[in-house]
Amino acid sequence: MERHEKLEASLDRRYGKLVAKAGKGGGPGNRGAKMAEEQANAGTGKNRKQTIARLFKYVLLEKNRMIGAVVCSLLSTVLTLATSYMLRPIINTYIVPVDGSRGDLAGLIKSVALMFVLHLLSVVLLFIQMRLLAKAGQNSLKRLRTDLYNKLQKLPVKYYDTHPRGDIMSRFTNDVDNVGMLLGSTLITLLSSLLTLIGTVALMFYTNWLLSLIIIFLVPFTMFFVSKITKASSKYFSRQQASLGAVNGYIEEMVTGQKVIKVFNHEDMAVEEFGILNERLRKNQFFAQFFGGLMGPVSNASNQVIYTVTAVVAGILCVLRGFDIGGMTVFLNYTRQFGRPVNEIAQQATSVLSALAGAERVFAVMDELPEPEDDEDAYIPEKMSGYVKMENVYFGYKPEKMVLKNISLYAKPGQKIAFVGSTGAGKTTITNLINRFYDIQQGTITIDDVDIKHYPMEYLRKNIAVVLQDTHLFTGTIMENIRYGRLDATDAEVIEAAKLASAYSFIKRLPDGFNTMIEGDGANLSQGQRQLINIARAAISKAPILVLDEATSSVDTRTEKHIEQGMDALMTDRTTFVIAHRLSTVRDATAIMVLENGEIIERGSHDELLNLGGRYYELYTGKKELD
Amino acid sequence: MKHYSKYLKKYFFAFILAPVFMLSEVFGEIWLPKLMAMIINDGIANKDTGKIVMIGGVMLAVCLFMVICGVLGNYFATKASIGFSADLRKDLFKKVQTFSFANIDDFSTGSLVTRLTNDIQQIQQFIVMGLKMALRAPGLMVGGIIMAVSINRSLAGVLFFSIPVLIIATVLVLMAGFPRFQRMQTAVDNLNNGIKESLTNVRVIKSFVREDFEAERFDRKNQNLRDKSVDALNTVLMIMPVMTIIMNVTSCAVVLIGGNKVINGEMQIGDLTAFITYITQILSSLMMLAMIFLNSSRSFASLKRLSEIFDTNPDIADKADASEDTVVKSGAIEFRNVSFAYPAKTIRNADTGMAEDKDGDGKPDEDTSGCGLVLEDINLKINAGETIGILGATGCGKTTLVSLIPRLYEATGGEVLVDGINVKDYTIKNLREGVGMVLQNNTLFAGTIDENLRWGNEDASEEEVRQAAESAQAGGFVESFKGGYDYEIEQGGTNVSGGQKQRLCIARALLKKPRILILDDSTSAVDTATEAKIREAFATTLKETTKLIIAQRIGSVKDADRIVVMEDGRIAAVGTHDELINSCEEYQEIYYSQVDKEDNR
Repeated sequence: MERHEKLEASLDRRYGKLVAKAGKGGGPGNRGAKMAEEQANAGTGKNRKQTIARLFKYVLLEKNRMIGAVVCSLLSTVLTLATSYMLRPIINTYIVPVDGSRGDLAGLIKSVALMFVLHLLSVVLLFIQMRLLAKAGQNSLKRLRTDLYNKLQKLPVKYYDTHPRGDIMSRFTNDVDNVGMLLGSTLITLLSSLLTLIGTVALMFYTNWLLSLIIIFLVPFTMFFVSKITKASSKYFSRQQASLGAVNGYIEEMVTGQKVIKVFNHEDMAVEEFGILNERLRKNQFFAQFFGGLMGPVSNASNQVIYTVTAVVAGILCVLRGFDIGGMTVFLNYTRQFGRPVNEIAQQATSVLSALAGAERVFAVMDELPEPEDDEDAYIPEKMSGYVKMENVYFGYKPEKMVLKNISLYAKPGQKIAFVGSTGAGKTTITNLINRFYDIQQGTITIDDVDIKHYPMEYLRKNIAVVLQDTHLFTGTIMENIRYGRLDATDAEVIEAAKLASAYSFIKRLPDGFNTMIEGDGANLSQGQRQLINIARAAISKAPILVLDEATSSVDTRTEKHIEQGMDALMTDRTTFVIAHRLSTVRDATAIMVLENGEIIERGSHDELLNLGGRYYELYTGKKELD
Repeated sequence: MKHYSKYLKKYFFAFILAPVFMLSEVFGEIWLPKLMAMIINDGIANKDTGKIVMIGGVMLAVCLFMVICGVLGNYFATKASIGFSADLRKDLFKKVQTFSFANIDDFSTGSLVTRLTNDIQQIQQFIVMGLKMALRAPGLMVGGIIMAVSINRSLAGVLFFSIPVLIIATVLVLMAGFPRFQRMQTAVDNLNNGIKESLTNVRVIKSFVREDFEAERFDRKNQNLRDKSVDALNTVLMIMPVMTIIMNVTSCAVVLIGGNKVINGEMQIGDLTAFITYITQILSSLMMLAMIFLNSSRSFASLKRLSEIFDTNPDIADKADASEDTVVKSGAIEFRNVSFAYPAKTIRNADTGMAEDKDGDGKPDEDTSGCGLVLEDINLKINAGETIGILGATGCGKTTLVSLIPRLYEATGGEVLVDGINVKDYTIKNLREGVGMVLQNNTLFAGTIDENLRWGNEDASEEEVRQAAESAQAGGFVESFKGGYDYEIEQGGTNVSGGQKQRLCIARALLKKPRILILDDSTSAVDTATEAKIREAFATTLKETTKLIIAQRIGSVKDADRIVVMEDGRIAAVGTHDELINSCEEYQEIYYSQVDKEDNR
């Protein structure tokens, strides 16, 4: 039991508490609580109004189709109502004439024929309306996805470092889908239901005002139940979405890490943890669906009550006040028709709720702070030469903990600056600063004597080619993956770059050569091969600044030796920053910076540092001993 | 379907009671128009207000009955559907846990994730709807027909025309809609894969300033999804107008024929009114049924995709006679004539993600293009406690070779023995308990460092956790983190550096106290000095453990008892550093690529 509680607490921490505790904010590792807070806020009125207003903007973009649909819907509804009213004169004049005479078959045929024509017309209009709305809905949905995606592209790397992928994915899939339901079908139903409702009420009053008043009196009762249910289910819907997010996040993480699970016999543990999250989802989902589902029977029964009261009162009116049977028949049909739109509106409430909850999560992404805007007078020189200078740079991922302290250095075109130091000393962080993945807190970084913040972001990054340790590739051919470095590169240039990176020989050996499809992140290639493709990708870009972050760590040293020549060619006339653990890779650097705890403790050429006999000497001889 | 009957059994009562209550609700709905006809025929015709009020009372009681049944029906329907999907999700997750590496490769992790999330959601929604409407719709229909026939048999004949026409029209629309929905689903998958990819590659995208390029790519997929969705919806929404038209024709006919009957005195006016109500009821229930079928096509595709998971036999499983008592004791390893080829991959339909069977042999078709031998003629004996270094160019089969020891993959030919016993004769659990492996592409999970390390041994004492971290040279930086061992690792381990991640992964494996420890290029991001300390720690704390170290750096394996040099899936040479440096050309080449003249001054 105790173990179970421990697991629960751990899962809470990792995948988000379902109910945020007041006063518990921010702080590191508190992503779960933050998510929960978002969820809890989801229900507040002001937020909801804003969400609806924003959703409405998407609808407005489809103005013409929407207006067309509304007109069609209006006409179709009017026609439907008209035909339904025709039953009264048909009964009263042709079937059981009020004056007691015998019915008139010829008249009956004529008016039924008219009724049929009107029906036909109304259906055609309905059809047009549905097509218009389907298109409008899908277009809005597409726009929503595009906006979300484009926004994500603008978000800083920090956002990705602090949000689980599964959660972002779930916003794209579950949440957008829910919004899609709203725009695609719920709105149609709501619109036509509303129109039918208004028309029916009007006709009811026209048929018999007294009966109508009685029914109008009964409606608030229905409303009361519906609003009670809405309130209850709204709370559980947010919870349901939160625990669904947690379950999906867990599935994503564990299925992706499946191989590690196997190696550690961790299957049972994963099943157990999943069981807990799944149980929570079951519970929250049960309440959400149960309350949501209550709408149906409750409003259905309310309608039947209204139907009953109508039948009784209309019957009495027929007996006492001479109300006609034709009128009673159409009136009874109206109470059913009147019930249907109310019923539909009620049933749509569930999907409206999940759509709103989804929309809130989508808009939450859109409200994230994007990467800083370019200066208005941003500086775009014709060519960047690549003279990088850092002066007294301080940086920390969190303001209270500095990762880099007082870093000053410069690098000129053609020079190769290497960073060495134990893992976690801040080497990768430095390269994250040059291309502004993160902005520094203090000091300046300049390129060609201009502060990097003064360049347009796009211009800056285009001039810095990076080869990362992670060897992710894109779905597409190898050719396309290399060309990613410079989109206008010719096939010949791609092949040239591949040769430079020593990737050519293995690519040639693949059955489809450069047209080999990379699938599933390049699972069909070894890590070393993927790294070579990454190097080729950087080689093809003409950026004057090159950052190699453990670019050859997965390439065996023999291959590395082979690509050395190519790498040298790659670095000629470029400012190169190299991070490597193999000291052999950095030996020929212009200057080597030894980092420790975020500070440069030694700098100089290989020989100078060896003569210095400090940390580098230790590191190097550490290796030497091993050799 | 055989996979799903157990969930039906578990929630048997809910599955039965939900429709029963829904049917009872329907019963009320059908009875009410009949009572209403009595008001007209008996009450109004006889000018008997007392009778009208009395019938009204009965009708109200029916309403009360309906609401009770409706709420109960909703309760059981929710219980059944949520229970079904929660259990299903759990079992699928469990099943995926039994998959071998080859199984996972075959499905691809992305597709597994979609199946476990979206497909299950789809099925759950289908069940709720099915339970609430499946019997309600036919109930309304059958009840309506009975009432209609009882009111006037010949007038009810109209239904014999309209119902078949309605059914045929619906089936035609559905047949047109089904393939379109499948295409839509593919477009959804395509889009999701694209999103996933750009999430993983965000750093690359940003550093090459390819946001616009990616946006364009996304736009194409997005547009495609929009087009496919509109196409599918346009087909399906034909149903509504078609049905309405048939309904209207029917009610016109009823008014005409029924009206004539009333004129001729063959029928009472109250009955005609009720009849019209029943006709509407019957036809709208048919529409409901059509809607259920419509949704069911999507759900059946989901169900099929889930069945594929259930139907997959994990290709590595315990032998029936594998003894629970056989555990790895000493850690000696032997490869006897071992060869290996990766298994064929199932060809999956690009549209549905489902396995294809074009040659019609009842089995999924396979793609054997990647099935050449990766390992050949491997013969190697490793003594317990020995340290073995493995060197070789990328792609020469090093990782594959060591993966055979904990049976992550199964040797295609020959035998792999641990302690002289074929690895297939161990239970997988016991075998892997004895073998610690640090994968090349390693992952940390969301949770504290302590939790991550305890993957190795959940019940380890705090002291043991610390010791393992110390041995892996992770103790120092862990202590420097805020919260130390309670520091939260983010999903995928993005908030520690590559070298820290590798050391944590090693510590995690050490905590297992394995008899055999395999390090697959797991110190590539660790600096040489730290790596030397790790090796030193191994030599003292893991004296008895057999160690296999795959490395790029000669320094990492130079002091090993023996070094295996691999080339193109074969063992090129085995020996100590001194032996190999004199005799093995490949080894010399590797050595001199790392140690140049300067070092040999």
